[in-house]
Amino acid sequence: MAKKELVQITINGRKRDANVEPRLLLVHFIRDVLGLTGTHVGCDTSNCGACTVLLNGKAVKSCTLFAVQADGAELMTVEGLMKDGQFHPLQEGFKEEHGLQCGFCTPGMLMSGYALLQKNSNPSELDIRWGISGNLCRCTGYQNIVKAVQFAAKKLNESGKTVAQGGQK
Amino acid sequence: MIPPSFEYLRPKTVPEAIAMLKQHGDEAKILSGGQSLIPMMKLRLARPGYLIDINRISGLAYVKEDGGFLKIGALTREAELEASPLVHSKYPILLDTAKVIADPQVRNLATVGGNLAHGDPANDHPATMIALGAQVVATGAKGERVIPVENFFVALFTTALEQDEILTEIRIPIPPARSGGAYFKLERKVSDFATAAVAVQLALDDKGAVQKAGIGLTNVGPTPIKARSAEDFLRGKKLDDKNISQAAQLTAGEAQPSSDLRGPAEFKKGLIQELTKRALSRAVERAGR
Repeated sequence: MAKKELVQITINGRKRDANVEPRLLLVHFIRDVLGLTGTHVGCDTSNCGACTVLLNGKAVKSCTLFAVQADGAELMTVEGLMKDGQFHPLQEGFKEEHGLQCGFCTPGMLMSGYALLQKNSNPSELDIRWGISGNLCRCTGYQNIVKAVQFAAKKLNESGKTVAQGGQK
Repeated sequence: MIPPSFEYLRPKTVPEAIAMLKQHGDEAKILSGGQSLIPMMKLRLARPGYLIDINRISGLAYVKEDGGFLKIGALTREAELEASPLVHSKYPILLDTAKVIADPQVRNLATVGGNLAHGDPANDHPATMIALGAQVVATGAKGERVIPVENFFVALFTTALEQDEILTEIRIPIPPARSGGAYFKLERKVSDFATAAVAVQLALDDKGAVQKAGIGLTNVGPTPIKARSAEDFLRGKKLDDKNISQAAQLTAGEAQPSSDLRGPAEFKKGLIQELTKRALSRAVERAGR
């Protein structure tokens, strides 16, 4: 077995660390070592985007990154969306607009939606479709996912909040 | 899928990384964006004993004009290229290319240097860099070596990089005033490799005739292809419909596609012909006839 490496990260605002084998993928670190199972393993081949998390603010596929590469990084997963017991407007949008059926792709969709709204607070339908183009959904046909992101953008803009402030009071 | 076990090394400088490459020889592999290497490791198509993670080396990510070249640091992420104001204003062919590489998440990690150094003829930057007449800088123990990109791709997944060399920079000669380029790619869906793609870069003279043409092809052969016969044909010619058609035909003749799940070889040749027409038309439009 290869020498274990210390990985120290901040995830959803909390500092965590562990000694892990270098070949451990970030998604398995998040799910199996840290116990945060909101992030899903879908295709495991960098296609589906169910494992999308934010690494230093940028959406990445955590199945295609080793945990050791994230050493020192700030991570955000779907568990980091809720604030003060309130849904993030993106989560609210998926609920209100029926942006999910089976829900498997949803954590990744939420994180890609989050990354998009960080860069573009007022995205067009086309911007949204490009923004989630690295995420596959086999249920919705994407229509309601687009509507869910539009819902969130509108709600954030109306309340004058940034995507990072989300649903906080 | 769990990748095979490896020792993880994280150099802070280029010389340190080169020393590690020297020490571990064939067993070592550079980890840049990892968006091709990690999937290959999962599939056991690559089993490096040592991964040298160059992501913590500072000063290898930049996009700037300097000394007659557009210089792109090897660790520049595709997303950074896509967002670069310089690329937006002066190098639309690079924007065309970066936008159609994989998907947004992959582009946040994938690097321009890795896209070339991987030596995969299905990658998108090789064709673009061939069209632009780029050079790559290989840094090794003995210093820097500049390699014209057309000599860089030796065979499938094999480049001109020596075992102890790292691709550190890409240099694109700044195009003259009346220049334009475009990249046209057909893919079955976002994040698939190209069924086929064509990169065209043109420089026109003051009469609107072609002074220099560069044409590169993606995923229609064991290496990225430079369509020399079409480039030579176009020199000195006006880009009317007849010449565009002829150049497209010559370009298709240079393609060596094989039949696979993306389509039969004949279809891909036809595709190259059509994409070349479109890329030439867009390039000349951007150059301003």
